[in-house]
Amino acid sequence: MADISTDKMEVNLEEEQVISPWKEAWRTFRKNKLALVGGGIVTFFILLAIIGPFVVPEGIDDQKLTEARLQPPSAEYWFGTDDFGRDIFSRVVHGARISLSVGFFSVMGSIIVGSFLGILAGYYRGIVDGVISRIFDIMLAFPSILLAIGIVAVLGPSLQNALIAIAIINIPTFGRLIRSKVLSVKEEEFILAAKSIGMKDTRILFHHILPNSMPPIIVQGTLAIATAIIEAAALGFLGLGARSPKPEWGRMLADSQAYFINAPWMMIFPGLAIILTVLGFNLLGDGLRDALDPKMKT
Amino acid sequence: MTIKPLLQVKNLKTSFFTDDGEVPAVEDISFNVYPGEIVGIVGESGSGKSVTSLSIMGLLPNPPGKVTGGEIYLNGKNILQFNEKQMRRVRGNELAMIFQEPMTSLNPLFTIGNQLMEAVLIHNKWPKKKAYDRAVEMLRLVGLPRHEELMNAYPHELSGGMRQRVMIAMALICNPKVLIADEPTTALDVTIQAQILQLIKEINEKLKTAVLLITHDLGVVAEVCERVIVMYAGKIVEEGDVHTIFQNPQHPYTKGLLQSIPDIRKKEKRLYSIPGTVPKPGSVKKGCRFYSRCNVRMPRCLHDQPPYYTTEENHKVRCWLVEKEGEEREQSTITTSQ
Repeated sequence: MADISTDKMEVNLEEEQVISPWKEAWRTFRKNKLALVGGGIVTFFILLAIIGPFVVPEGIDDQKLTEARLQPPSAEYWFGTDDFGRDIFSRVVHGARISLSVGFFSVMGSIIVGSFLGILAGYYRGIVDGVISRIFDIMLAFPSILLAIGIVAVLGPSLQNALIAIAIINIPTFGRLIRSKVLSVKEEEFILAAKSIGMKDTRILFHHILPNSMPPIIVQGTLAIATAIIEAAALGFLGLGARSPKPEWGRMLADSQAYFINAPWMMIFPGLAIILTVLGFNLLGDGLRDALDPKMKT
Repeated sequence: MTIKPLLQVKNLKTSFFTDDGEVPAVEDISFNVYPGEIVGIVGESGSGKSVTSLSIMGLLPNPPGKVTGGEIYLNGKNILQFNEKQMRRVRGNELAMIFQEPMTSLNPLFTIGNQLMEAVLIHNKWPKKKAYDRAVEMLRLVGLPRHEELMNAYPHELSGGMRQRVMIAMALICNPKVLIADEPTTALDVTIQAQILQLIKEINEKLKTAVLLITHDLGVVAEVCERVIVMYAGKIVEEGDVHTIFQNPQHPYTKGLLQSIPDIRKKEKRLYSIPGTVPKPGSVKKGCRFYSRCNVRMPRCLHDQPPYYTTEENHKVRCWLVEKEGEEREQSTITTSQ
């Protein structure tokens, strides 16, 4: 069965190379200067979090109470020292690991739980949707930081519980996002086509609907890491997250309160670190949005 | 007819349940598809063609759609009584479907090869290599060149016509006995339309796949079908082989449809069209559904639903006009349609 109407059919496969939708997104992304800056900042902090702790001069709690208390920035102590005589530079670098892991893992948790619930709600509708969506509505009715404080209050203040609390408060955002995406993707004709060749619901859900719902999740996920870092810092600042001597940035800010008039560097550098990371993730997220979501393209 | 029908639809009734209550979209549809033939279902938008095909596939959006009556036999088994698992085995394997919109019928994130192989592997526990070879073989069958490259191509790199060919390849990859083609050429431009129709015809001849072709284009029907079913407002109004329907249409609706085809030899100022539109489903409670648009209506048409007359062999019409010639065969109509 060889030669069925192979007429003079135009074959317009791109001559140079096969471009997948992801490669196309990368091309758009590459043209966006701000997004590249964001990507650069994020990469910098990720590298800092991974290798930084091995190369900085001090550990997290090397106190020099007598010889180096509240030193201003100098060649020896780049960011100065704090009230226990600890090198702030070293502590900020150690803190990058904490803040980034909190941001990353809490968002991963929110995405996994949120997507699962969102997919169920969007695909099966009816009572499942009703129950899940109402739970989301209730959670969103609380100011998120208040809800996080409440959860930490129940679980007990610790970095791990702060992470869990942040993961929980972000679930509805992802759940709703993926639900709405599933609602539109499942009406696509290729889903009907997949059903018409006898594909199972679970396979359609996870192999066809989920990947097609991914772009907004990636964008929202990147932006959510920024928020999660801020929330972790806020909880730390309120004494509900990391405890001293953990060099969590929010905790360091809280510890600097008593000294910031005489030793502003204690506050400035952890604060700068928070600002930069959050800015980086936000720029990256915006760039990803432009690259992945054709409707937002300008 | 001694040959057993492959697909037999009997008194199918499909309704949509809306806020206004039950709205029947298709009522009392009965027809047969025999092995290896191409049957066309024609009608305007809203006549229930697509609902019929989705009912057969068991893919009606439910809620609100639901088959409320009748039987659908595939190879003698009533598939309406199948559960979802049994139905999944039927879909793709015995019944396959292609759709109107080839541009959106493929998942944009996966390669053609990936999707074709997935379609084989749903129904067969084959090694990957075998599935790959089968996919390539199908691409060749539907007349696509450069198979190896195409296997690695993404849907957006293909034109509409090529995608429709891929869809046909995917639908046929497990060798189904019946292919339902729901307006397969509507979204394509005219030259590609002809190619796809040609392809469907050739596949029908080579693989002996029976085709149920749903279209609103009588030109398409004339080109490929052997038998035609004309639907109007959820009912079959006329059925017969292509020649009979084109040369000797009996129902005023069929006549109107045929008249609406522009004739290249005639110089007309205005193209003919049947006045009015298809009545909203469920709005005609009694009498003939075509009454409001019929140019030869009679008083009784308003009150009495015309029966389905068999006027000559393999030609059935639902109209009072053929009452006289159909009378003696009326008895036989009832027996055959049961």
